[in-house]
Amino acid sequence: MVHLTDLIGMGKNRNLYAKREPVFPKAVDGRFRRLKWLVMAVTLVVYYVTPWLRWDRGAYAPDQAVLVDLANRRFYFGPLEIWPHEFYYVAGLLIMAGVGLFMITSVVGRAWCGYACPQTVWTDLFQHVDRLIDGDRNAQARLAKAPWRFSKIARRSAKWGIYLLIAMATGGAWIFYFADAPTLAASFLSGDAPQVAYATVAVLTGTTFVFGGFMREQVCIYMCPWPRIQTAMMDEKTLIVTYKDWRGEPRGKGRRKATLADLAAQPEALGDCIDCNQCVTVCPTGVDIRDGAQIGCITCALCIDACDQVMAKVGKPRGLIDYATLEDCASEKAGGLPKPLLKTLRHPRTFAYLGIWSAVGLAMLITVGDRSRLTISAQHQRNPAYVQLSDGHVRNDFTVKIRNMEARPRRMAVTLSGLPGGAMWAQGSSRDQAATRVETLVPANSLAKLPISVIAPGSGKAGQAFAFTVTPVSTDKDESAAAKAVFERPEGR
Amino acid sequence: MADKKVIDEATNTEFVGHEWDGIEELNTPLPRWWLWTFYATILWGIGYTVVYPSWPMIGEATAGTLGWSSRGELEAELAADAARRAPLLKAIEAVPVEQLPGDAQLMQAAIEGGKAAYRNNCTQCHGTGGAGAKGYPNLNDDDWLWGGDIKSVEYSIAHGVRNPDHAQTRMSQMPAFGRDGLMQPADIADVVSYVRTISRQQAPDAASRRGAIAFANNCAACHGAGGNGNRDFGAPNLTDAIWLYGGDTASLTETVANARYGVMPRWGEKLGNTQVKMLAAYVYSLGGGEKKIAQSDAAPPAKP
Repeated sequence: MVHLTDLIGMGKNRNLYAKREPVFPKAVDGRFRRLKWLVMAVTLVVYYVTPWLRWDRGAYAPDQAVLVDLANRRFYFGPLEIWPHEFYYVAGLLIMAGVGLFMITSVVGRAWCGYACPQTVWTDLFQHVDRLIDGDRNAQARLAKAPWRFSKIARRSAKWGIYLLIAMATGGAWIFYFADAPTLAASFLSGDAPQVAYATVAVLTGTTFVFGGFMREQVCIYMCPWPRIQTAMMDEKTLIVTYKDWRGEPRGKGRRKATLADLAAQPEALGDCIDCNQCVTVCPTGVDIRDGAQIGCITCALCIDACDQVMAKVGKPRGLIDYATLEDCASEKAGGLPKPLLKTLRHPRTFAYLGIWSAVGLAMLITVGDRSRLTISAQHQRNPAYVQLSDGHVRNDFTVKIRNMEARPRRMAVTLSGLPGGAMWAQGSSRDQAATRVETLVPANSLAKLPISVIAPGSGKAGQAFAFTVTPVSTDKDESAAAKAVFERPEGR
Repeated sequence: MADKKVIDEATNTEFVGHEWDGIEELNTPLPRWWLWTFYATILWGIGYTVVYPSWPMIGEATAGTLGWSSRGELEAELAADAARRAPLLKAIEAVPVEQLPGDAQLMQAAIEGGKAAYRNNCTQCHGTGGAGAKGYPNLNDDDWLWGGDIKSVEYSIAHGVRNPDHAQTRMSQMPAFGRDGLMQPADIADVVSYVRTISRQQAPDAASRRGAIAFANNCAACHGAGGNGNRDFGAPNLTDAIWLYGGDTASLTETVANARYGVMPRWGEKLGNTQVKMLAAYVYSLGGGEKKIAQSDAAPPAKP
């Protein structure tokens, strides 16, 4: 018996650093492969096409459907336009994305990792490039070992050239979310685009090229925090890719058991697994799923496709490797039948997540429908708080801010109420034009700052509350907003 | 025994040999690219110290091959900013001050520049908000001793008030009626009473009626027959609600007996024409600026 403590300090021959084991996944066809194709197509189309969709918002707002306009601090998502003070909508969308991810994870485990994660999608894309240039698994492995002669150099240059093109297209598409896409595309090509655009494209091209082309599963296994977090969201009702060892073991080539029930009768007979290793050869991360659940398994289910094909060939039922929950595993081990996939969707946690997700979405929908496109606020000039005028009146100065959140310029009337004897004028006018109503034109989609002077008789209480009210001058709907303000004057007069 | 490896069955990995409460550590090697990344960051760090100033020497730190310094960067930014502002300052310099308010963009630029100059030069007496203090006029109100149109304000800033040894300064001097024996204390009390009457701070009485005569004899020459003041002499309007030194009896008695002599430095030579112009624009914008040019209406705008 070796005691662990005896081993301390004996590591002189240990290898501290491991070389990456190259992975040459074999092409496979099957239902999950087709699902992967579909998800890849949808995500790539969404990513590349979204910035080019148009949305007519009128003459005074950009007509790009999805636009994160950082320079002007406006977010546009289709009909939704978000101002900086409404950032809670973005927070709401992020919460929905987060809870949505929890929800998906609690039902189908690492579906994000296996199908939708950009690292997976682009790695998959790059692996297809490998097959296109180098051939399938065996050819790739041969070429990797081959000396650097002309044909290898040519193939490698072609492959890396295509990698680079894909990477540039990836980085290039990202910037279109942040500015008008056609304009930016033209200025990008002519060299007039802002430096940050070129820097962004360069960084994203570099990371896509390196992560998608070379690091691949290393990103999932060593760099990504998500697999570590995911475990907390999964339970015994979550679908994971499982090798049904109670059916497959002992593996090997030779005499097979007829059915599962024969296991007890013929313990020396072999299970359904013929040890063909197809599940390992098709795995994009180089995992042997028969070792059990592990961090390298992104549940892309290509091993299921491969195994199903083999099972069909040897005349066994499909699903030796399959999506299954831990509960299913227990029941199948005890002799139960495999459960249909859809059944596992009924899962209390899923409904809890769905409830939170819908509640956030619903709350956002209601507030979006109800939000006002006109606000006013009044900021009192505090230094000095009031000005004594020569005829005994007192003047207070305010900066009135009017937000016109509609995509058209609107003429606004600001009225004064609740201040006896009060009158006001805006900067540029003067006291002889003082009135209780001031009109101003607020441009589309903007915040107008209007310096306003208010006068009132010097006698009255200090700190008298009154209100500014703003109303669009010609309006088709009943809309107004009010801001409370305080009029200061000398004490005791 | 010590050269025997112990292998974890599940992962086929060797143990490190550490154990904490039954938890054992596997000797999972780090990926080699991680090591290379680590070396790359070290190389980057060394390169950084070569390119940028870093190593402390006896006198000063190494300069770095790029010659970069934060001070140099600041100077470049300041120079760029000055270059950016130069056309605007030139335009402000070229426009006669009375035409500034007519050009909204230029006026706004002048106000911003004036605000900065005000903070540096004027807040000590007039306060950060221009509210003034006893003896230092409030620049927000509508009462102007020497005129509140932008040109008069500019003149006051450029030449100052009661500056010794400056020919063009705003100049006037109120006699110290008590100290110099020009009026008897009883007459002074009567005059104070009269002034408080015309400024509607108290009802007319016998003292104020006597004071009216004394006022006509001693004060009307500068403050006007009705006490409305005269901007030629910076003589305040005594009928309004604004008092530079206080409108109560004690303050007024002190004013009449010993006179006041408020002095403001002349800023023209120190700050230059453009800054004085911008200061005038800022003061004018505080809300009490007068539209009309009260006393030099007829004078044609001077071309610089």
